[in-house]
Amino acid sequence: MPLPINDLDTDQIIPARYLTRIGKDGYGEGCFRQLRDQDPDFPLNQEKYADAQILISGGNFGCGSSREHAVWALKDYGFKVIIASSFADIFYSNSGKNGLVLIQLPEEVIQLLWEKIEVDPTYAINVDLDRQKICLADDSEYDFDFDPFRKECILKGYDDLDYLLSNKEQIEKWLSAREEDLFYSTLEPNR
Amino acid sequence: MPLPRTIIDKIWDAHTVSQQDGHPAIFAIDLQLVHEVTSAQAFDLLRERNLPIWNPGHFLATVDHSIPTRSDRHIILDTQAKNQVEKIRDNVKEYGVPFHDFDSGKQGIVHVIGPELGLTQPGMTMVCGDSHTSTHGAFGTLAFGVGTTEVGLVMATGCLLQDKPKTMRVTINGELQPGVFAKDVILALIAQEGVRGGTGCIVEYAGSAVEAMSMEERMTICNMSIEWGARAGLVAPDQTTFDFIKGRPYAPKDEDWDRAVAQWSELQSDEGAEYDREVYLDASTLEPMVTWGTTPGQGIGISEETPYVVDFPAEEQLTVKKAIEYVQLEEGEKIEGTKIDWAFLGSCTNARLSDLRIAAKMLEGKKIADHVTMYVVPGSEQVKAEAEAEGIDQIFCSSGADWRNPGCSSCLGMNDDKIPEGQRCISSSNRNFIGRQGPGSITHLASPATVVASAIEGCISSPVSYFAS
Repeated sequence: MPLPINDLDTDQIIPARYLTRIGKDGYGEGCFRQLRDQDPDFPLNQEKYADAQILISGGNFGCGSSREHAVWALKDYGFKVIIASSFADIFYSNSGKNGLVLIQLPEEVIQLLWEKIEVDPTYAINVDLDRQKICLADDSEYDFDFDPFRKECILKGYDDLDYLLSNKEQIEKWLSAREEDLFYSTLEPNR
Repeated sequence: MPLPRTIIDKIWDAHTVSQQDGHPAIFAIDLQLVHEVTSAQAFDLLRERNLPIWNPGHFLATVDHSIPTRSDRHIILDTQAKNQVEKIRDNVKEYGVPFHDFDSGKQGIVHVIGPELGLTQPGMTMVCGDSHTSTHGAFGTLAFGVGTTEVGLVMATGCLLQDKPKTMRVTINGELQPGVFAKDVILALIAQEGVRGGTGCIVEYAGSAVEAMSMEERMTICNMSIEWGARAGLVAPDQTTFDFIKGRPYAPKDEDWDRAVAQWSELQSDEGAEYDREVYLDASTLEPMVTWGTTPGQGIGISEETPYVVDFPAEEQLTVKKAIEYVQLEEGEKIEGTKIDWAFLGSCTNARLSDLRIAAKMLEGKKIADHVTMYVVPGSEQVKAEAEAEGIDQIFCSSGADWRNPGCSSCLGMNDDKIPEGQRCISSSNRNFIGRQGPGSITHLASPATVVASAIEGCISSPVSYFAS
């Protein structure tokens, strides 16, 4: 699905009024809600993109609020991959922790993908995460960078908490030594 | 001779537990602030993995985002929001996390209460499930927003996995003109560098203008670091910092105070330390700033006109066109004089006592325009109590503004304080995204002084005449 807009912020991906839920499910209905409501031609309203699993947008995708709900909303809506010319930091980090694959490609490649989809809305783009390649129907391929640790996590079903817990002893020792240099506890004021 | 290091490098090094090749660093977090919106799923993570919170003394929770700010705020009409607030009350009880609830005297916006309690201290690392956590950087703290999974990781282990960010120094020199404030400086910087200018970086704000700023002003600058993409922003601690912290409830005292100040004083960037990027801004030539569009980078001086779409690079034009259509302005239109319906004075950017004092001084003996609704929302219960002790609340009420209870309020449309569809709001908050303050609402970001001048005139107006000596 093409979404040729820059700086799509997380308030647009999932408006704040949907954030009072306390689980991780059901955010798809709120995904891009205002843009869907105000524009009948918005890509998410178009039947021809109903089965899209890859969203292709402009630069600085996911800027703004740290809400991980933006990632949950995109996933719940059915997206597995977001392609953009750049991503905001916190959104990038949140996506990695939920297995949403973010692929950064140069603007000219994104432009090309938008043009292909314009001609044929069912145009298939294959994402090979293992080889870090985007494969198009005409057999052309484009390489992309992907964080090696994140790739290992996604492909092996491993997460940050597993990694941290596997280093638990070292962390606990370090944190307890660190207490010396701290001047507060939130449990009670110093006066 | 060790290599000269920036303050960012120093705090980074002091918190890196380990760094294995091909892996992100295990990075220790000293303090986490917790609020109702981004914590429920994190507590669930502890539950799912059957883990305790690693040390509750490193956490502090409150309610701010989804709560009402009207006088009977205990009654939460939205059942989902009510459920969310009750959820955090249950969670903090179950996990033993210190919690500042309504009427504790300490409830407020997370980024207002951390500093006012003296918990935000130089050299610390801080996170919160909120992108404006960068506010605490004003104290020489490495503070950044994280998602809910990371909130849970810190609860479970006291650590996060982090890749070392790039460093940037922003040097802001020059004396501000009367009527120009820290908010105008940061809006001007974001307009200059663009909303992606800081992506991937931690920024140190330095220079004579920053040194001359109060802690409140530095917080306003650091608060909006995320609005130009920076992971965090900070200011090296100095006497202004130490004077602010001293005597606050969680501040160190006696011998601890001396030891702390000695340690904090080391947190200066070494001479010759290198940054990945350097940026400069002359603050002396700035005028009050106001945003015209739907990103914080779309700001102009208040005497300027909205831009023409054709003046932008080709790849930006569609985005700019959509922004100008959304805000219902014409290209090349003078921004000053644009009629407003609402004025919002609040948020973690500008709802501290100093902001309210400036506003009250301007409003004394005056009325806001008949067609304008103005909300004044103090950042915390403490700010509210102090303002009321000074009689500031009476000035707001007499002028026709609505003096409310502390919370995030109209900054984000997730509580009762939404700006109605199609209405135009001048706002002291930090984001003018499409629908940010409520579905279909239009936001113009500005300093508290510009918000007040505009509320009085009923249209976007410069505050400069109020400050002419």
